[in-house]
Amino acid sequence: MNPSIAVILPIAIPLATMAISLLAWKSIAAQKWLGLAGSVLLFFSAAALMWLVDRDEILVLQVGRWPAPFGITLVADRLSSIMVMLAGVVLFAVTLYSLATIDDRRVDYGFFPLIHLLLMGVCGAFLTGDLFNLYVWFEVMLIASFVLLTLGGERGQLEGAIKYVALNLISSAAFLAAIGVIYAATGTLNMADLAVKLRSFPDEGIVTVLAMLFVIAFGTKAAVFPLFFWLPASYHTPPVAVSAIFAGLLTKVGVYSLIRAFTLLFVTDLAFTHNLLLLIAGLTMVTGVLGAMAQSEIRRILSFHIVSQIGYMLMGLALFTPLALAGSVFYIIHHIVVKTNLFLIGGIAERRFGSGRLSEIGGLQRSMPVLAILFFLSAMSLAGIPPLSGFFAKLTLVRGGLETERYAIIIAALVVSLMTLFSMTKIWAEAFWKPAPQEARASLPARHDSRRGRIALFAPIVLLVTITVGIGVLAGPVMKVSYAAAEQLLDPDAYIDAVLPDRLAAEGDLDRQGKLNEQIPTNRNPSTLNGPPTSLRDED
Amino acid sequence: MDSVILRTAIRFLFPLLLLSSVFLFLRGHNEPGGGFVGGLVASGAIALYAMTHDVAAARRVLRVSPRVLIGSGLLLALCCGLAPLAIGRPFLTGLWINITSSGLGKVHLGTPLLFDLGVYCVVTGVSLVFVFSLLEE
Repeated sequence: MNPSIAVILPIAIPLATMAISLLAWKSIAAQKWLGLAGSVLLFFSAAALMWLVDRDEILVLQVGRWPAPFGITLVADRLSSIMVMLAGVVLFAVTLYSLATIDDRRVDYGFFPLIHLLLMGVCGAFLTGDLFNLYVWFEVMLIASFVLLTLGGERGQLEGAIKYVALNLISSAAFLAAIGVIYAATGTLNMADLAVKLRSFPDEGIVTVLAMLFVIAFGTKAAVFPLFFWLPASYHTPPVAVSAIFAGLLTKVGVYSLIRAFTLLFVTDLAFTHNLLLLIAGLTMVTGVLGAMAQSEIRRILSFHIVSQIGYMLMGLALFTPLALAGSVFYIIHHIVVKTNLFLIGGIAERRFGSGRLSEIGGLQRSMPVLAILFFLSAMSLAGIPPLSGFFAKLTLVRGGLETERYAIIIAALVVSLMTLFSMTKIWAEAFWKPAPQEARASLPARHDSRRGRIALFAPIVLLVTITVGIGVLAGPVMKVSYAAAEQLLDPDAYIDAVLPDRLAAEGDLDRQGKLNEQIPTNRNPSTLNGPPTSLRDED
Repeated sequence: MDSVILRTAIRFLFPLLLLSSVFLFLRGHNEPGGGFVGGLVASGAIALYAMTHDVAAARRVLRVSPRVLIGSGLLLALCCGLAPLAIGRPFLTGLWINITSSGLGKVHLGTPLLFDLGVYCVVTGVSLVFVFSLLEE
């Protein structure tokens, strides 16, 4: 078996799950079991991919045996494999949670096939090595997320969805325009090939314009300042399971794309592009957290915190040192787990009181002590209290900032961290500490979930809290993985050589040739599948 | 839609449209056409039938639920993509065989045709889901 088969599995498994669910449309039970089975399979395939990437550094799959840059290339490097792994974890947790919380009507409208369609888009975006293919995966995600957002057709949902779709379509248009310009300018859309061509592109102005178009396109998806308005307007409207998977994964696809673009493609004018990113990172952090402080509904508060934390992830990218970038990767790992979990926990509170408004709920510490502990651990981790995962993520970023002497962003990061703590304390004090309001207590229907239902509700939360605590306890190994990913990102030549193995021979550049010869003993051994490089297809 | 002209015409148009959709599908192998446009024409035929008769009658003509068409089409396309993995080729590589039969001469068959058939089913299924749910409202 060739290892690059592992690259296609995270895309093929959700697709197969979706197709089989469509065949089993009539049976709600079958849909639920299929959804769960698909998420378990995705999880294991992601784990296999991560293991293989750890062994072989970069896995490349030339789809249909068309060699790069002519065909579509799928590439799994360390960052991609980490992201796919996280997607697998989030999908599993959310699927389990949705077994108990998604009503049969929504399942009947295709909730589970849609979730897998969404995951196919997410994994595809993480694994592609081609810009246009990335656009296609973004669209797959957008279509699936639009339907998931409106599924059920409640008034609030439609209102949120209009803002969501409008802004995301604008971002897609910017992305498509950028792809058009980049193709006209360079004649290629393969990322590795682009990286080579953009390095020696004669007109620097065009490259900067392109970089800015990509900041707009990916920045909207990632919800950075000032393009984040769609996120807090829509994330609190759909069912909690949908909010949680959106919160965990969707904006992170934008962040991933920004990291990919600004470590591989646009690295010629660091003084401009990365300083701009740093400014955006700082403003995103601050506006996000200020927005959160003004809110009084659990999911709205958490939504604004997503925005604020995107800033931290960008901060590492903007500082552009191995340590800072490792901090970004660590932050993404921490954030995806914790944020998904906080949405799930908030969902249980909302389920109990039928509302997420802090004024209408309370007393959870007494009535649900286990939930209180789970929330406390996650919230403190989000705020960055040692020894939980968020602390190490922020510590690494701050150290990265100190290394490059960017004190303004460090101060911003620390102050925002303090304000995050404040707003987590607000949820704690209102939802857990204060006694439940009279009318809520009177109208409590005392919802009795079945034993199995309660397991499906709490198991994913316990799992994610365990991971959060685990990342804190095993911060060393996780840091090592993040650091390796960051180093790989800062060495684009390895990526390019893996995708275009015959580039150097074709260029005939003596200097580069010499460098290649030196590299041969420590060859990274990328597992590519294309046979003799000069041959196109032998059939036909 | 109650139009005598259309209802009479559809008796002749229905088989013609279906035939031309198969023609377009096969033609797409080397020339403009293919599963996508073929599927659209097929779903056009059934949509016309649904408009002139009713949706239940069109469902009976289709025999399978459009959702089953989508699912099986996706699975078929995916299987064509995965098949080359069994013999160590990358995802989606075309596999070909040549059949020489006395009646047809040399026929060049391959997984891209099956992939296109998958596309045909998905396109037909998706557009019919739209049409049926709009007509049923």
